[in-house]
Parts: sequence; C-alpha cells; structure tokens
Amino acid sequence: MQTLFIRGPSATFRMVVLVAASIALMNVDHRWHSLEFVRSTLSSVIYPLQYTIDLPIRLFYWANESMSSQQSLLEKNREFEVRHLENRVQLQKLDIIEKENDRLRHLLGAIPKTTERLLISEIINVDLDPYKQLILLNKGSSSDVYQGQPIIDALGIMGQVVHVGVMSSTAMLITDASHAIPVQVNRTGLRAIAYGSGKIDQLNLRYLTQNVDIKVGDLLITSGLGEVFPANFPVAIISKVERPAGEPFAHIEAKPHAQLDKSREVLLVWRNEPELINEAAKNTTDEDKDKAQSEPQEEKEKDLTQRRGNRE
Amino acid sequence: MNKTLRIGLITVIGAFMLAIMPLPDWAVEFRPDWVTLVLIYWAMAFPSRIGVSVAWFAGLLLDVSYGTLMGQHAVGLVLVIYVIHIQHQRLRVASLLQQAIVICVLIFMKQLLVLWVDGMLGRAPDIGLYFMPTITSTLFWPWTYLILRDLRRKFSVEKHYQY
Repeated sequence: MQTLFIRGPSATFRMVVLVAASIALMNVDHRWHSLEFVRSTLSSVIYPLQYTIDLPIRLFYWANESMSSQQSLLEKNREFEVRHLENRVQLQKLDIIEKENDRLRHLLGAIPKTTERLLISEIINVDLDPYKQLILLNKGSSSDVYQGQPIIDALGIMGQVVHVGVMSSTAMLITDASHAIPVQVNRTGLRAIAYGSGKIDQLNLRYLTQNVDIKVGDLLITSGLGEVFPANFPVAIISKVERPAGEPFAHIEAKPHAQLDKSREVLLVWRNEPELINEAAKNTTDEDKDKAQSEPQEEKEKDLTQRRGNRE
Repeated sequence: MNKTLRIGLITVIGAFMLAIMPLPDWAVEFRPDWVTLVLIYWAMAFPSRIGVSVAWFAGLLLDVSYGTLMGQHAVGLVLVIYVIHIQHQRLRVASLLQQAIVICVLIFMKQLLVLWVDGMLGRAPDIGLYFMPTITSTLFWPWTYLILRDLRRKFSVEKHYQY
C-alpha cells in the first residue's frame, strides 16, 4: 500500500549508512580477504544465472558433437589412436627416467619430488570485469577447490583460483595486471618474476639487469617458489628482449604458453606435499608412494594451503 | 502490487543476465550498464519499494558476478539510486532527453567511483574506452524506459501511477 509519509529512516540516512558500509566492506575485502564466505554465499545466488547464460553455448557444442558424421568421428578416433600410441612410447621412457631420478634423489638425500592430482573443469562462458583477466569455472568447494589453487591446460600454467563458491569458482589468469608468478628460465636456471600485463598475450619480466643472459625463444617454467604453483610447468616463451641504453633494467616480454583465451577446459591441480627425508627413506617402494597420495595427505595439504591462501 | 514486484524482479534478473552475457571482444567495452539502467527505472516508478537498500544489495551481487572488490559497484549504485530517489518526481515529468542527460551524468559518476577504487588499489586500467558504457547506457535509456514502462503497464494491477 502506498503511504503518504515515509516510514523508517530517511533515504539520506540510509544512503550514508550504506556508503559507509560499502567502504568498510571494500577495506576488509582488500586488506584481509575475510569476506570469502559472503562472496561464496552470494555466488550461489548468481550461479543459476551464469549457468543459464552458458546453457545455449553448451547446447551448441553438444549439438555440434552429436551431429558430426560417423566418417569424421572415425577419422578423429584414428588420429587419437595414433597419438595415444606415440604418447605411450614416450611415457615408457619418462617412467624409467622418473624412477632413475627418484633413486638419484634418494641417494642425495634430497626431498622427493611432489606429485600432483588433477581434475578437469569447464569454463563457464560469462563475461566478468572486462578490465581483469578472470574466468569462471564450474567446480567449487564441493569439489575441494581452494583459494590459490593453480589451474593449467594441456600446454602450461593458466592462472590460479581467487574466489571459491559452492558450485563455481573464479580464477585469475597469469596475464592479469595484478598477478605475478615466480618463474625460471629453462635454459639457464635464472629466476625471475613474470608480471601480468593486462593483455591476454603478454607477460613482463621486470627488474632484470641489462646484461642478463636471456634471449627470444627461451622457455620460462615455474620455479615452485612462493608455494602456489607446482614447479617445472611451462609458463611462457620470451618474445621480446630490449636493452635500452641508459636504463637500469632490460625490457623483457613473454608470451604465455597456455591457450589462455581458447581453452574450454582447464585442469585444477592439487599438490601432494613431499614427505620428509626420513619418512621418504622408509617408504622407498612404489606401493608406499602410491599410498602416500591418499586421504590424510590431502587433509594436511588443505590446512597448509589455507594458511598460505593469499594471492601473490 | 505482487504482480508488479514480480515483473520488477524478472526485469532485474534479465538485466543481470545481460550484464554477464558473453559478447564478442570488440563489443565488451561498449556494454551498457544494464543493472543500473533497470534499477533507475524502478526507483523512479516505485520509490517506496526500490530504494538505496535494494540498490546496495544488487551492487554486491554485481561485485560477486564481476569478481570485483565487495562494495565497489555497490557504493556507486547506492549513490545513483539515491539521487534518483530524491529527484524522482521531477524526473518523471522530464522528457526522455532530459532524463537521458541526468542518467549520463549519474552513470559517469558511478564509473568514476569504480575507476577511483581501482586506481587506489594501484591497478587502474587503460582509460581508452573506459567511459564508453556511459555513452551506450545513455543511448539505450529511452528504449529501456519505454520497454519497462510498457511492461509495467501491461502487468500492473494498480492504476494510480501513470508513468
């Protein structure tokens, strides 16, 4: 019913309170990242809309797949079989090298390599803030996704999860202007930090001196420092090296290795923490190592990742 | 009233969907600020129901769906709807052109606030086409207004609002 007089606090009062509340929220969100539960609750409200937006696109892909002819499917299948065979041959070699590596590491008393668990997630086709490089994934805390979790595709590192909802999560790509990833030049072992540029196809390596040994075509891999990304995944390829006279640092640009704007599916990575040295000495057989990847290890890992859940 | 509220809710949901719908790369920066436009209309039509509180909540939802800082869009939306709220009687009798001018200024202010917060965090984007949504929103206002008014008239049961 329409009343003649306004009841409750006036609009001005409410406006002032809500503006103050927004400023407080922004501060809390920016400084302490402690609003994730509010965000995840509200994201469950938004998720049906995002899902609905994505549905026609999903249907289109599905229709495309189910309408494709038997001939093309057969061809594809044959192609995959050939590739599978090739991969298996290479994998055999890799397996042997991995065992050898493990033995050598054991001889050195070094910490064994970390292993990874993977989960495929689909990108939901919705637009987020056009001035940030964010993507929405269709897996959330119900699939054990955590804040700061790395995501990769078949070619390399894509980014990390920044907000986790129940059914969905938001991930930031490595090219976002506020993202940085610790890398290593594969050829020389030189460590650096690759900053996002805000453009989908460019990373910047700042603060490397003029005389640094780096050239176009060098592969950058993750160094594993910072404990967010697993080590030794390809990140980018150096695309431009400039050494302007009179400036302290070189201008170095790199092109991401992963298909940041083309992938429809990404892989979420869980890291299994390496066991300590004396534990590793006890469990040398493969069976034990397999066991070490099971439940309790993951629990411990979750605690660890929550503690270091901050972004770079 | 319930019927009107329902049509209001549906249009706001529609605005949210338009706000996150994938657009081709060249069009992304031109996307009108649909949620603000639709909320402005309803704040003009039903100032007793749609006020700053609803705007704040909608702003928070927008922040969650865009992945921005909580409160970044909310604070702008609250201020826009506040101005509409206290001026709704004048705005209702204004011509579409005059309304569009007011809305242009308000949406510019909202975008400036969002940009300001980004700037304070040290990640201000390129200014290039940043204020394009202000212009496209202004251009889309007459159509938004006419469509929403016709919808409201068609589904509304109450008669004492003529706008």
